[in-house]
Amino acid sequence: MKNANKEKPEYYPLVVLGEEYSTLYTKKYKNRKPYAPIDNRKIYSFIPGTIQNVFVEKDADVKAGEKLLTLQAMKMDNEIIAPVSGKVKKVYVKPGQMVTKNELLIELL
Amino acid sequence: MLNKKVKASALKKNIFARFTINSSHKFYKNNMATTLKQKTFDLKRRMQNALQGGGEKAIEKQKATGKMTARERILAILDSGSFHEYDLFVEHAGKDFDMDKKYLPGDGVVTGTGTINGFPICIYAQDFTVAGGSLGFMHAKKITKIMDHAMKLKVPLIGINDSGGARIQEGVNSLAGYGEIFYRNTMASGVIPQISVILGPCAGGAVYSPALTDFVFVVDKISKMFITGPEVIKTVLGEDISMEDLGGALVHSETTGNAHFFSESENECFEQIKKLMSFIPWNNTKKADPFPVKQPKNKIYKISDIFPTDSRKPYDVRLIIKAICDDSDFFEIQERFAANIVIGFARINGQSVGFVANQPMVLAGVLDVDSSDKAARFIRFCDAFNIPLVTLVDLPGYLPGIDQEHAGVIRHGAKVLYAYSEATVPKITVILRKAYGGGYIAMCSNHLRADFVLAWPTAEIAVMGPEGAANIIFRNEIQSSPNPEEARKKKIEEYKEKFANPYVAAAYGYVDAVIEPQKTREFILHAIEISAQKKEDRPIKKHGIPPF
Repeated sequence: MKNANKEKPEYYPLVVLGEEYSTLYTKKYKNRKPYAPIDNRKIYSFIPGTIQNVFVEKDADVKAGEKLLTLQAMKMDNEIIAPVSGKVKKVYVKPGQMVTKNELLIELL
Repeated sequence: MLNKKVKASALKKNIFARFTINSSHKFYKNNMATTLKQKTFDLKRRMQNALQGGGEKAIEKQKATGKMTARERILAILDSGSFHEYDLFVEHAGKDFDMDKKYLPGDGVVTGTGTINGFPICIYAQDFTVAGGSLGFMHAKKITKIMDHAMKLKVPLIGINDSGGARIQEGVNSLAGYGEIFYRNTMASGVIPQISVILGPCAGGAVYSPALTDFVFVVDKISKMFITGPEVIKTVLGEDISMEDLGGALVHSETTGNAHFFSESENECFEQIKKLMSFIPWNNTKKADPFPVKQPKNKIYKISDIFPTDSRKPYDVRLIIKAICDDSDFFEIQERFAANIVIGFARINGQSVGFVANQPMVLAGVLDVDSSDKAARFIRFCDAFNIPLVTLVDLPGYLPGIDQEHAGVIRHGAKVLYAYSEATVPKITVILRKAYGGGYIAMCSNHLRADFVLAWPTAEIAVMGPEGAANIIFRNEIQSSPNPEEARKKKIEEYKEKFANPYVAAAYGYVDAVIEPQKTREFILHAIEISAQKKEDRPIKKHGIPPF
């Protein structure tokens, strides 16, 4: 048992099929992201890039499938399209603005 | 047309300049080289020229980063005096961008044959000191030639990667070179063991050769593997990351699982390679060489001290393996990746076996996306190379969680079922404690055609743990009871007594023998001995379609 008791590790609980076990967590398990349901009314950038055009303004009515803005990334102009119909609550970006990944661009009502 | 001619003649002139004998040398003063001595001297001079690699300065630079040169690496891995080099005088084929005026000794790669512990080997090592080890047409030709040799001779192939990538000056020819290597890696897969050693950068398309091979070795601070480097990520995505954090040795050993063996230095890495070779056969028609039998060190590794009977308590399953195998010598693979499953080689009665074991100490030993991938690939390696599989089972099932479901735990988990079902090598399963639900089936159960399923008296084979099961089965009784909490406890105890044991499964013949833990080694030893001639046929097919 020489090797077994080098140091006392800290065990955490883990519940599987109704049973609780004490065990170590892996780095990946510790760092896993909590799940957030997808909100179709908030439009995020899916890639870092530059905003080319913004086609809508605050309070504008948009239909699902309508172009909201173009985001240039990886030398491609990506059209960002409204996933649902609604009214524009707020536009967070301006043409020429650089955005990172997962930045909030437009919010719909 | 004219242009082409000029270029061709320039190339010729250039090559002949190196091929003509320097007649002004004292040896040739009066007589052109005609005697054997003179011819040999000339050969030595040419060899010296080629063996210098990228020259003193480049070698100095290589050493300053803690790296050995390509030839030093090969000599360190192979038995002393066994290395025989080929294609030393190969010239690169670049014609454009003034490449025809350049001399690249051996075209940046060293190839040859030799032995490791007397075990024949084909080997190549990219030489970073020559044009950054970049892969051109002839460089690739040398590699594919030695790969073809390995396939004909049916001996393992070791590739040492240390290259800046494709030689851009040679354009599409260098891409063709990569393609030829990948094709051969695929053809050789499951025929000869293929080992990749990453001792420098290995970027872009180049990473796919190691990815296709069976074992990848990395060294801390030296190995770097990625598809797109930090610079591109920075310019395209605006994200800052160091080379080490993006694709260093630790990242590939811990996070991605691309690497199988991690070490602190090149020498440690070479020792690992030598050890690995001792556990595996030359090719898929052979068995690994037997070793002298050594008893496990049971004074240090005592099952009764290591093993808690309460299935909710953690322990290190590697110590159980050490208590069972020869000399308590367990050679673990992918130690840092998905540690909730343990895989590796050991010997039982001198014969090489592959161990797959749930690790209760980490995530209670569950199967998840990563651990399924890790186990399934290892099982297929053992099956391809005639290494019997010993599976130690102690798992509560699959890891619950949205992230797991969305990462495709269904598809990944299915790989374990596929790999075990498909394997025809001797399969021995020992159920130590819990074996619940789908996890029980997946871990080489009787139903996936394990040859021998052994269970310790502590084994619990059931659809789920006692608490969960009792809560469902006796829901009405518990709820209608005047004291539900007490009724629940009672029912759990009742269930435990009746079902949390190996005897229900044994009654159906799903467990072949319930054994005393102390007799595990003896049972496994016998099972392997008795299965020496095992032959199991599979339906004729081109190939199966595993859930990749």
